[in-house]
Order: sequence, then C-alpha cells, then structure tokens
Amino acid sequence: MSSFERKGKWIESLFRWLCLSAALLPLGVLLVLLTDMAIDASGRISWDFLTSHASRKPEQAGILSGMVGSFYLVILTAGIALPVGVASALYLEEYAGRGRLSNFIELNIANLAGVPSIIYGLLGLEIFVRTIGLGRSLLAGACTMALLVLPIVIMSSREALRTVPSVLREGAYALGATRLQTIRRVVLPMALPGILTGAILSVSRAIGEAAPLIVVGALAYITFLPEGLQSPFTVLPIQIFNWVSRPQEAFLANAAAGGLVLMATLLVVNGLAIILRNRLQKRRSW
Amino acid sequence: MLIDENIVSPAKICLESPRQTSRKPKTPDTTAKLSIEKLCAWFGSHRVLRDINMAIAPRRVTAVIGPSGCGKSTFIRCLNRMHEIDPQAGMSGCVRLDNQEIYSRSVDPVLLRRRIGMVFQKPNPFPTMSIRENVLAGLKLTHRLARTEAHRIVRQALRRAALWEEVSDRLDEAGSSLSGGQQQRLCIARALAVQPEVLLMDEPCSALDPIATARIEDLIHDLKQTYTIVIVTHNMQQAARVSDRTAFFLMGELIEFGDTNQIFTSPKDTRTEDYITGKFG
Repeated sequence: MSSFERKGKWIESLFRWLCLSAALLPLGVLLVLLTDMAIDASGRISWDFLTSHASRKPEQAGILSGMVGSFYLVILTAGIALPVGVASALYLEEYAGRGRLSNFIELNIANLAGVPSIIYGLLGLEIFVRTIGLGRSLLAGACTMALLVLPIVIMSSREALRTVPSVLREGAYALGATRLQTIRRVVLPMALPGILTGAILSVSRAIGEAAPLIVVGALAYITFLPEGLQSPFTVLPIQIFNWVSRPQEAFLANAAAGGLVLMATLLVVNGLAIILRNRLQKRRSW
Repeated sequence: MLIDENIVSPAKICLESPRQTSRKPKTPDTTAKLSIEKLCAWFGSHRVLRDINMAIAPRRVTAVIGPSGCGKSTFIRCLNRMHEIDPQAGMSGCVRLDNQEIYSRSVDPVLLRRRIGMVFQKPNPFPTMSIRENVLAGLKLTHRLARTEAHRIVRQALRRAALWEEVSDRLDEAGSSLSGGQQQRLCIARALAVQPEVLLMDEPCSALDPIATARIEDLIHDLKQTYTIVIVTHNMQQAARVSDRTAFFLMGELIEFGDTNQIFTSPKDTRTEDYITGKFG
C-alpha cells in the first residue's frame, strides 16, 4: 500500500468519525438535559403533581390545569389547522395551475413560515381576541396556534401530494373518475402518511409553544379546568415558564418536573404518530 | 382516407378551428367506430399533431406505429380527451365516437372516458387498493355494488384479462404485489370492468418481458371480438402480429394508414418503407 493510499484511508475514516460525532452531539446534549431535569425534578414527580392545580405553596402545586389546557388546545388547533391546511395544499397541488394567484398564495405561505411566533401572538390578540371578540379564551388561543402551524401543515401536505405519481391520477381519470373522486380515492390515501408527518410536526410544535399564547392571554395561574371554548386557560409551557421565573428554589423543581412531563408527552405523541405512519406506509409500496 | 370528399353535411358539429372556417366540413363515415378529422394537437406553442384524418373500424385492432416523439401517444390521448388534462395542451379538429362529436360542449369527458378505456405504458394499479378493489375502482366511483354483483364483475373482468386463474385465491392482496405482466393485465381488467366500447393501449408491453408480452398479445386477440382496440407500439413486430390495420406516424403527421398486411408488405410511401425496414427510427 502506497503512502498516498494510506493517507486517503486515514482521511476517509477521520471524516466518518467526524460525521458520527456530529450526529451524536445533539443526542448527548439532550441526554444531559434530561438527566439534569430528572435530578432536579426528583421528589416532585408524583401522582399528586399530575392531578393538582397550581398553588402558592410549591409542594402542593401541580400541573393539572396546564396539562388539560394543553390537551384541549392541541385538539382544537389540529382540528382547525389540518382541514384548512390540507385543503389549501389540495388546491395548490391539484387544482391551481402556474397562475398569478397560486404564486401569490405560495409566496405568502413561505413568508408565514418565517414569521416569529410572538408576532403570531400579536396577530391573534388583534384579530381573534379583540376584532372577532373571542376574548382571552381557549378558542382564541387555538385559532392563533392554528395560524402558527398552518404553513407546516400546508408545506408537508404539498410535499406528500407531490410524491403521488401522476400516472395514478391519469389511471383514475381514464376510468372515468372526476377530479374529486380521483383525489378522494387515489391521491389522498397515497399521500396520507406524508400528511400525517406534517400533522405530527405541527402538533408537537403546538404542544411546546408558549410565546404566542402569553400574548393572547393564556392565564398563568388558574385553579380550574377549562369548561368550554370561551373559557380562560393555561398550558403546560406557560406553567413551566411561570415557575421558572419564581425566586423560590422549590418552584424550580416544579418547573423541572413539568418540563419532564412535557418532554415525555412529546415523545409519546411523536412515537405513536411514527408507528401509525409506518403502518400506513407498509400498504403503499409501489 | 375513408372519408368521402364529395358529400357535404353542414349540420355537423365541429370544434372551431381557424382552418375549418374556409373549408366546408366533410361528411362523417358511418361505418367507423371512431372517426378523426383534421385533428391537430399541441403543447404550448409546440405542435405535436397536424391534420390527422383516420377512421377506426369497430371490433378491429388498429396499431399506431412510428419513431419516438412522432405524436402517437398524444394521438390516442386525444381520443378519450386525456390530452386536455395537461394545462399546456391544445387541440382542434373533430373526433367522433359512433358519429357523435366527443369534443362538443354537451359531452362530459368523465362520462366519455367510461366508454373509451385506456391502458398505460407502465402498469399503474392503485397501490392503496387490493386486487379486487383495483378491478372495481372505476365502478365504485359511480355507484354502490352489491357484494355478489361485485364478485361477479371481478371474476368476469379478471377472466377476460386472463388473470383470474393466477389471482383468484388472493383477491385481497395488494395490486402492487403482482409481477409487472400481471399488473398490466390487472390494469386491463380494471379498464374492462367499466365495460367500455373502445380500449386504447399506450405501449402496453414496453415495460414487460417477452413472455408477459405474448400473454397480452393473445389477450388482445380475444378482446377484439368485443372491443375496438387502438394500440400504440414502438415495436413493429408487435404491430404486425396483433393488428388488422396500421397507421404510421412521423413528426406529427399520418404518413400512411392501411391494412397491416399491406403496410408491412407493400407500403405506398417510401418513408413508411424506410421505417419498417429499419432505415431509421
């Protein structure tokens, strides 16, 4: 083996290790964070913590209202953002040609994706809370959050629709299918796994986001559960944010415990969705 | 061509085309299943077909041959209005199915495509559907089917497509689990289940091996008892084997159209002769 070749091999393996460590780095940071949080939270994670409302006394405080608020908010957000997002994606991919209108819509979606979340909060405050008059309610929060995740849903749905081969659409047209029938029977079932991926991403984003909801007016301290769409509410990230900003040491432990619960929820949601998506994908190998 | 030049019928409906305003339209040929008159087609500003006149006989196999890019695929896509799906596409001229203009305003392309089925170059069974669902796909779009009725249709369509024996015990498996040749026969069965009158085939064997190709060719022989078949092929031997009449296209023009025997043994046009003897293409 010449020295030149030996040097090539050496660089080859060095590069490989560099890439591997780059891949492991975020994983390591996440692990450190989780352990640190787990240590801080030890002693606070208990059934009582999950089933108690917020309290002035750290040892009695729990995350029930935040968890339930987050749950309702995510369901509502998905309920608003998914139909609107998938329908927009269908319009752009299946109906609109290369026209001025579709260019305009596309430009707007790309812009929306880049808008900071706090701006969405201001937008939600102005439109949903004040102009439409929903008040500082669960519904106003969900509408704001839906706006925030809409670009993600639209872009991932479009990506999914684009992977459906056009020969399948033609096959359906040739059988005498209308455009709607083609979309319903052939295109959407094929695109479903990809659309689901977008739904997962947007739901995880909605679970973790606090900033726009603070602006919209999610309360930080409530000792009741939301009773309806008009009800005031809080969410888990806001609860955590609130605890972190308290001076008492004990509240920091609460914040860590809340963070742990939030992380666990996200992992479970993502895991479930990935399993669902893989099961759907299995049927549509082509 | 088969069209009589002397008789003029002013009552005929035709698409407006700049060329037709000056000349009076010719009378339709009543014996043809499909008659094509002055058909022009283009994508954007690129003209792919010019002035095609053809009469396609019922219950015969008509082959369309020619080198790549000669417009033969576009031609058959004009026959079931699939050409217009492309937003860039344009066409003018007349296509009549049983003497009825298919491009008239009163004809719904969706309903027309149920009368004129199509099989594509690459087998395209719907991957999310089972074999059974694939066969029924076209029918399910329009109406609900009783279970026994559905099964009868599945069996009949698969028998006609010579696939029943191979798949009868696994109708609920995915359509994409079949081999390429079986998939193509499944696509034929899917087209037949809608009970079309005409079957258009766009190079149906180009993605298949010789054995699968032979099976499809046998099938075409059987199907022409019932259906009018137009098959595009780049394979001249195949055209000679399966078709009764052959049309030779070159650069968007119909060069010669006649009995397959005559086209392959004594072509009238030197370009046809050059193509079938392999001088180009």
